[in-house]
Amino acid sequence: MSTPPALADTIRTYETPEGVRLRLRLAGPVVRACAWAIDLVIRLLLYALVVGIFAFFGGVGTALMLISFFLLEWFYPVVFEISGGATPGKRAMGLVVIHDNGTPIALPSSLIRNLLRGADFLPLLYAAGLLSMLVSRDFQRLGDLAAGTLVVYREREPERAELPRAVSVRPPVALSVGEQRELIEFAERSARLSPGRQVELAELLRGITGKQGDAAVCELHSYAQWLTRGR
Amino acid sequence: MRQEAFEQRHQSLWDTFARQLDELERPRLRRRPEQGAGLPERYRRVCNHYALARGRRYSPALVEQLHRLVLRGHQQLYTRRGAWMWRLLAFIANGFPRALRRQAGYFWFALALFLLPALLIGVGCMLDEHLVYSVMGEAEVEQMESMYRPDNEYPGRTLERGAESDFSMFGFYIFNNIGIGFRTFAMGVLAGVGTVFTLVYNGLVIGAVAGHLSQLGYHDTFWPFVSGHSSLELTAIVICGAAGLMLGRAVIAPGRHARADALRRYAGAALPLVMGAGLMLLLAAFIEAFWSAMVLPSSVKYAVGLLLWGLVILYLSLAGRGGDGAR
Repeated sequence: MSTPPALADTIRTYETPEGVRLRLRLAGPVVRACAWAIDLVIRLLLYALVVGIFAFFGGVGTALMLISFFLLEWFYPVVFEISGGATPGKRAMGLVVIHDNGTPIALPSSLIRNLLRGADFLPLLYAAGLLSMLVSRDFQRLGDLAAGTLVVYREREPERAELPRAVSVRPPVALSVGEQRELIEFAERSARLSPGRQVELAELLRGITGKQGDAAVCELHSYAQWLTRGR
Repeated sequence: MRQEAFEQRHQSLWDTFARQLDELERPRLRRRPEQGAGLPERYRRVCNHYALARGRRYSPALVEQLHRLVLRGHQQLYTRRGAWMWRLLAFIANGFPRALRRQAGYFWFALALFLLPALLIGVGCMLDEHLVYSVMGEAEVEQMESMYRPDNEYPGRTLERGAESDFSMFGFYIFNNIGIGFRTFAMGVLAGVGTVFTLVYNGLVIGAVAGHLSQLGYHDTFWPFVSGHSSLELTAIVICGAAGLMLGRAVIAPGRHARADALRRYAGAALPLVMGAGLMLLLAAFIEAFWSAMVLPSSVKYAVGLLLWGLVILYLSLAGRGGDGAR
């Protein structure tokens, strides 16, 4: 299989040992900042909770409070990343942290990328991290570069659209594989297109179908039926 | 083969595979045991189907569905699980000292960056009582003097802090000292500048404090107090510094690797140092809060201090050697 030309978009591919190419959609600075803000709110609530609980327990309470602060500051993201790949904020924004080879993040990388927040945060509010994200090819802040991790969009469960019911009709002309695929995709997407748009698209092929209006749409559905099911 | 026939033939495999993945993706405690059986084989077959579906230009939706199965399978197959406790123990017994000895050069360099300024300014402060003000503000010096005044009931703590219990100081040392250690490491990624600065600065402050207090004649409060935890705490900060220097090295002189690759390799090698140093700082916080604050004869404090220094040096230089030829 030939390698597709590099496109100026945010999709990266990684070829697994099984020879399968995985597609990873990188997350940019803005969506990550939103995720960070959500996490900040959650962490502030946790801080308030910790203070509220331990304020009444004297010296031991102060100790537990400070230890909780320490853990929240350094290990809040680590705990969530190794258990589910994302902090609650990232989860809410539909993001997940993975290694740059597509495998789920493991403890060492999670520790590195979160320890290096100490440098990414400098001089204030992740300025160094933002600069690094803008300069690097894969939107990686310093911690991501050192840990070899990426923040990508979680793949959403694809919905299998049922092909519209139609009588199977053999296309009158020979179609290339790409053209066949276009037809099938059209049929699958029909449910999400307005009737007017369906007709508009279907009438582009009037030269082949020789039909107009809803009949043209039906005709294309019939071709798709034939292409996927035969007969 | 037509798409429909393809789907009919393999749908049951895909469903089984998806169910297995659902099960494996659940948190470990709620997972039924022995769910991994047959995963690699199913994964390989689904990979094959995915490649076929792409090659034959089946519908994008089917390709997408298979791609998702492959992605999830890949994540489950190459994840690492289990044996946390054992890995932690092995790390303390072998992994950490071995990792440190592999990076001995960085350790010695970090030690020099810390120790030389400390010794120089320490001697200076013993000879000149005003030199301390060149590294610390007046208020800080005053606070530090009050902490170790011979009439302070709680040496090592300011008068306001004196009444706080050992426990709260334990929490404070963890929050503060381990945080400093982690930051010392992290700032190394800025071409090592942050780490070098932190090491030299800490060396200057600690050396100045020690020299100044000795010159004032507060020997019997200062040195017995710090003797207990100094071995663990100072060594751990230097180790964090060594780890930070490794990051700096990767940025400045990546050698034959691309800078990003070098950074990744050095960060991976430096991580055990930081984690080990974090554990040492945890132990140091415990000693500083509960042992160093106890009022005991100086000779006992010094004896324990020396013993701990000996143990730290022996542990870092010998633990994990031997057996399988490890050094």
